[in-house]
Amino acid sequence: MNGIKMLWDNLDVFSVGLQNTLILFCVSAVFSFLLACFIAFLLEGRDNIPRRFVRGGLDLMRMLPFLIFLYLLYYGLPNVGISMDVWSAGFIALITYHGAYFAEILRAARTSLPSGQAEAACAHGFINSKMYWRILLPQMVMRSGPLFGNQLVCLLKDTAFLSIITLMDLTAAASAVQAKYFVPLPPFIFVIVLYWSITLCVEALLRRLGRRAQKRGLVNE
Amino acid sequence: MNKSAPVVEIRDLHKHFAGIEVLRGINLNVERGQTVSVLGSSGSGKSTMLRCINWLEVPDGGEIYIGGDRMGVKSGGVKPMSNRELSAMRARTAMVFQSFNLWPHLTVLQNVTEAPVHVMGVSRKDANDHAIALLEKVGLSHKHDAYPWSLSGGQRQRVAIARALAMNPEVILFDEPTSALDPELVGEVLAVMRSLAEDGFTMVIVTHEMEFARAVSNEVVFIEKGQIIERAAPEKFFTNSDSERVRQFLGRYRTTSA
Repeated sequence: MNGIKMLWDNLDVFSVGLQNTLILFCVSAVFSFLLACFIAFLLEGRDNIPRRFVRGGLDLMRMLPFLIFLYLLYYGLPNVGISMDVWSAGFIALITYHGAYFAEILRAARTSLPSGQAEAACAHGFINSKMYWRILLPQMVMRSGPLFGNQLVCLLKDTAFLSIITLMDLTAAASAVQAKYFVPLPPFIFVIVLYWSITLCVEALLRRLGRRAQKRGLVNE
Repeated sequence: MNKSAPVVEIRDLHKHFAGIEVLRGINLNVERGQTVSVLGSSGSGKSTMLRCINWLEVPDGGEIYIGGDRMGVKSGGVKPMSNRELSAMRARTAMVFQSFNLWPHLTVLQNVTEAPVHVMGVSRKDANDHAIALLEKVGLSHKHDAYPWSLSGGQRQRVAIARALAMNPEVILFDEPTSALDPELVGEVLAVMRSLAEDGFTMVIVTHEMEFARAVSNEVVFIEKGQIIERAAPEKFFTNSDSERVRQFLGRYRTTSA
């Protein structure tokens, strides 16, 4: 059977998969970023016991393979009486897991911020959350553009794991089509191209962030 | 605020870092409208003293008063202030830093309006009007929409001065404002500071600019090993100091700059 025709006949399957992957990716990207901003805010200030716990949590999360984390949420939690559908498990897994990575990127950016920035804010009466959200975070984000791009691509690729817990994403769509005809190459190549296109869009978006940073002299590229 | 109280009062200020005593009992009053220059060799503690005034460094002993109100410590004199109270006290002072510390993600105008709008609750329009007038004053009205990155050091420092003025502070603290500048850019910053002194702003200036200190200050203070060892009117300080150490310091300065 002709590969193109195979794809054409199953366009509806792919379009559902693409849609679900995009929803997973976009929602998780936004919320994991917000979560990371919030975590980085919690880490502001002197080292103390609660902050050590937060940092420990981040380390724990980053050391866990994503698939195991997903299994824990979806197959493990029902054992202790918490069950959820695939979408909830998928969102929670992607958002917390990549939130930890984003937080780590922000933490590094915070460390490399010149100490005079917070000092000047302090001297002008800024405290706590206003100092963080208005003075520090914008600079941390603008300085981390390329790293965000990298992490977003990882996030996109990790959405594919959700096909294992039966979420009908792009990878699941490809599996379904290849299982129907036992011809693996065309469907998989097709979804690779789709994943790649999403990546290109992400990079285009980040270039705009990069231009904002460049205009402010925050990156040296 | 108490109108008759000194704008800044420092009483028996002590500070140490990692066991090294940096300030060993500083006493200093700065009256309204005065310009006080603080001189001393590097490591003498003069910047630390300045940074204790607005609580960027928390003193280990002694008291600071801004306009008669205790800085950093609640009334009662024991408990440290909450961040909110500290913020309100700090907003009565302003600081200009050696390395400018402008916020790079904001435009020049936004740098000047940021604290008035978001700390002091001034309306956006009033803050903008005020900022435009201040930028005019420091000679940068054509740079509103520029980002700090694109400015020269002297321009950046003038924006930082406008940013400080926008707080309507009771006192402006200058921490070696010209030390990071190319020699040819020093003049434009000093000119702005001189005009502020003439306008009657209260200023405490840590500096190495001897000529400037002599021309502009009402009083010159010399710090050595964490203590004030000389405090005099500029003419007396520079020509006829009672302190042997000051005469030695000035002599060395003259021979190195001549």
